[in-house]
Amino acid sequence: MTRLPITKTPKVYVGGAFIRSESARTFPIKDASGEFLGNIPQCTRKDLRNAVEAAAKAGPGWARRTPYNRGQILYRLAEMLESRASEMAGAIALGGSGADAAREVAASVDRLIYYAGWADKYGQVLGSVNPVSAPYFNFTVVEPMGIVGVIAPSEAPLLGLISLVAPVITSGNTVVALASEASPYPAIVLGEMLATSDLPGGVVNLLTGFHKELVPTFATHAHLRAISAVADAGERRVLALGAVESVKRTHFAKAEEKRDWFSDSEQSLYAIRNFLEFKTTWHPIGA
Amino acid sequence: MPVHATMPPTAPAKAKSALRNGRAPSPHRGRTAPALIFGDLWEFDPAPESADPKLKPRYELFINGEFVPPRSGKYFESINPANERKLAEIASGGAPDVDAAYEAASRAFGTWGRMPGRERGKYLYRVARLLQDRAREFAVAETMDNGKPIRETRDFDVPMCAAHFFYHAGWADKLEYVAPGRKAAPLGVVGQVIPWNFPLLMLAWKLAPALAMGNCAVLKPASNTCITALKLAEIFQDAGLPPGVVNIVTGPGSTGGLIMAHPTASKIAFTGSTDVGKVIMRSVAGGDKRMTMELGGKAANIVFDDAPIDQAVEGIVNGIFFNQGQVCCAGSRLLVHEPVAAAVTAKLRNRLRVLRVGDPLDKNTDVGAIVSRAQLDTIKEYLKIGVEEGAEMWQPPCRLPSKGYFLPPTLFTGVTQSHRIAREEIFGPVLSILTFRTVDEAIEKANNTPYGLSAGVWTDKGSRILKMSTELKAGVVWANTFNKFDPTSPFGGYKESGFGREGGRQGLLDYAKLT
Amino acid sequence: MPAIAYPSAFRRLFDEIGTVDAVGVEERVAKYATRSIKKASKVSGLKLAVSMVDLTTLEGKDTPGKIASLCRKALHPHEDPDVPSVAAVCVYPSMVRHAKKHVAGTAVRVASVATAFPSGQTPLKTRLAEVRCAAADGADEIDMVINRGAFLAGEFGRVQDEISAVLEACGDAALKVILEVSELETYDAIRAASFLAMGVLREGDFIKTSTGKTSLNATLGNNQVMIDAIRDHFLDTGISIGMKPAGGIRGAKQALHFLVAVKETLGDAWLVNRRYRFGASALLNDLLRQIEKEKTGAYQAPYYFSDAAESY
Repeated sequence: MTRLPITKTPKVYVGGAFIRSESARTFPIKDASGEFLGNIPQCTRKDLRNAVEAAAKAGPGWARRTPYNRGQILYRLAEMLESRASEMAGAIALGGSGADAAREVAASVDRLIYYAGWADKYGQVLGSVNPVSAPYFNFTVVEPMGIVGVIAPSEAPLLGLISLVAPVITSGNTVVALASEASPYPAIVLGEMLATSDLPGGVVNLLTGFHKELVPTFATHAHLRAISAVADAGERRVLALGAVESVKRTHFAKAEEKRDWFSDSEQSLYAIRNFLEFKTTWHPIGA
Repeated sequence: MPVHATMPPTAPAKAKSALRNGRAPSPHRGRTAPALIFGDLWEFDPAPESADPKLKPRYELFINGEFVPPRSGKYFESINPANERKLAEIASGGAPDVDAAYEAASRAFGTWGRMPGRERGKYLYRVARLLQDRAREFAVAETMDNGKPIRETRDFDVPMCAAHFFYHAGWADKLEYVAPGRKAAPLGVVGQVIPWNFPLLMLAWKLAPALAMGNCAVLKPASNTCITALKLAEIFQDAGLPPGVVNIVTGPGSTGGLIMAHPTASKIAFTGSTDVGKVIMRSVAGGDKRMTMELGGKAANIVFDDAPIDQAVEGIVNGIFFNQGQVCCAGSRLLVHEPVAAAVTAKLRNRLRVLRVGDPLDKNTDVGAIVSRAQLDTIKEYLKIGVEEGAEMWQPPCRLPSKGYFLPPTLFTGVTQSHRIAREEIFGPVLSILTFRTVDEAIEKANNTPYGLSAGVWTDKGSRILKMSTELKAGVVWANTFNKFDPTSPFGGYKESGFGREGGRQGLLDYAKLT
Repeated sequence: MPAIAYPSAFRRLFDEIGTVDAVGVEERVAKYATRSIKKASKVSGLKLAVSMVDLTTLEGKDTPGKIASLCRKALHPHEDPDVPSVAAVCVYPSMVRHAKKHVAGTAVRVASVATAFPSGQTPLKTRLAEVRCAAADGADEIDMVINRGAFLAGEFGRVQDEISAVLEACGDAALKVILEVSELETYDAIRAASFLAMGVLREGDFIKTSTGKTSLNATLGNNQVMIDAIRDHFLDTGISIGMKPAGGIRGAKQALHFLVAVKETLGDAWLVNRRYRFGASALLNDLLRQIEKEKTGAYQAPYYFSDAAESY
């Protein structure tokens, strides 16, 4: 008899640990040939609440790391993903076409490295010393804002998620992200790579589940300082209205528009800038 | 005696302190002045670093990705300044080798200059990571070649070298952000000559930005210290760096001249003494090579009476005894506010008494060996000059090893701006102490030099820091600290300390063609 | 009374004794942690550290039985006769006479905390009474806490007067003044409080970092600020004040770094237990563990040492 392999129980990566939903609910996913693959945690608003708590705990420490250190950790995450590229490609393809999946993994590694390289540079490019017309030294620095909610696109389940998450954490923010609803499995595996990357637990928290159950809570949770979402028109409205009460900063990409996640136009300094605060300080110059 | 709570609190009557007014401590109860005993009650045992530097008996030139013998067939010796023993033989490159190196670099530029930045960056990331893997091995090799303490190579030189490669790797695919309003492109082939005081780190400062920008390089290490450069060439091979992108030609000073004057070089970069810099500048005058020069210094370290004094003393010590004072930006002139001059000098002496001078491979050594016999003789000559000029010399008692090029840390007091030891760069562990009375006088004295590389300011008052920073003619101003370096922080001088900057976005501009 | 505002008491005190740059201090002490202490110098350092331990128990549940056990350990930390006894046992006032029974006549002293340790928030009268009781019961040393509330309000005269009053109540007992560094928070304040205390202390008294009852205790940083102050005071007046970092020093390696700090700042005269102490409990066994490792060449398990808490 051929050996029966054991299957992996999908769990979500929250607060540096692998957990099931607090509701214990799951939903099944199938592989490319229609066979049962596994039961994915169906996260609730309470899971989202707990993830925000975890991000809040991890936030001050992550923001206090040196930019060089954050860059090195993101690079290490890229190393982890690269070294397990075939496993991740399998998690994307689920038995289907491998070439596209491999291409998506390679692009995700490169995107991580792109943002790793910004960690100790964006401050110099975006900050300034301002030539005020009075005897003051006046300088503007940029700072992370805190906990950011991310809603990943339905397509490009790895590259889309990384493209939204990486620019947010490069600067010291923390993230609670909702993975692709249609293809949640790569996020499950990504959690394992986050866990082995030196990224402190709680900096990135990945949830799986359904938009209609979770988007409303992303919209109204007051401790989220900003939202980065690929969302359809209805969701954008919900998110924007919910953001008003706590004056969240919102950045949307329209789900109904086609976009090429592989293109260089999907990565830039300005993706980092969207999740920064600017602080200006004055000090007299004199004896 | 009780003090009423309603009256303004006075400073505690009994804790009268001579600390800040410059008086020497008053003798207590008629006995001799109190003194600290820094003796041998608890002596440290030797703590030698045991990692293997994996030295080869002979090092060849690194041209076009291979280690090749010099056309002349000649080699010179590399000496360990701590014990005067031979470490290895180093290839002595000459004109044909320099030509071959530039040819290889030109050919490689076709690919390297056109490679997408993202891929170029990955090579540099690999170099950084591989150096981190072999950090201890490189630290030991650097200590043996240069004489600086293992604690410094282990905790500063090697990690900082890796950090420079890591930092610049991240710029390779972000060049559109380097020069607002302009496209930044590589220049082509750059010629670089580096000094012996931070052999590996100076190599990183030169190569990392040049390569990130897409240039190829021909580089000559100082003839005193070639080993870690050629070890790093092994890492270039392991990283798969395309052949010809980096070429290392070791040899005597004249080989450096050939590299600087070579017609293929679009740009040259030199770090070394102002005198040699001038020779190089004369040799290329009239041509259209771009150049950057990082030359000498005679930095003023300025301490005001409201400075945090113990930390200022630590900063003074770091400023002039770090790397045995062989640093272009060393704080070699202490300008101390008269009210605290005696107190600061007394604390300096106590601090010097616990500096450990000795075997650089001992993990507890603070001050290692001077790089060469020639440099040691130069420094000793300045000690003589200082004494002849009438300054007062003081050295802590220390037992120096019988072999090797060692010198105790040295203070000169009673120094003025007219003393040669206050004007000329000594490049050794020798501090000249001058005084000043006002802020303006401090600025005048600090700027009264043809150099302008760095300066230090120690004060509790923020507005004074900013004023000093505004008025000091120096490319780097350290406030309440000294000798701090970072890949993101631009470094370079004013006036005869050179021109151009290394580090940060600004440093990349010197390796770019802007259109 | 003039109408102008007086510069704050803190400003005047800082002008007198100077301020501290925190980043600079951290850099200086980081160098101590790079010192590599090996072989004979390691063993002698470890034994020196043992001789400097104030072996401490300060729990609500302390009993005469616990004290007896502590004292026995203090007198004979290890069966190796080359390992010295500790400097003192440190206990609550009500336990002083029990401790005295066991260590009177030996080299181990009895130190008592007093003055409403750890908060100090009771009337001065009762705090002084406590000191007198402990001294009467035979305490050789008193560990007092300063009035942090008064200090932070700038009432420096009151802070000093209270220390003087406690000194008087001590009689012949030596006094250790706990600054409680976690509540003073800044290095500037710690330096200032050090000078306030030393202004009234006698030769052989101590200043001490902490009660051990808050979450931040002795660090190389606050140790450095205090020994810098002790050095300045000594060079100015000739009076030698002792130093006691307390709490937060868990391991032998750390303790050796503290001794390096003393060696390089105060010199040989302070490398004795009359001038330097470690307020600790678990540290002692780690020191013994390292001494045993140096002797046998083998790393030791914690449960080989008496009174070890770890069973794993």
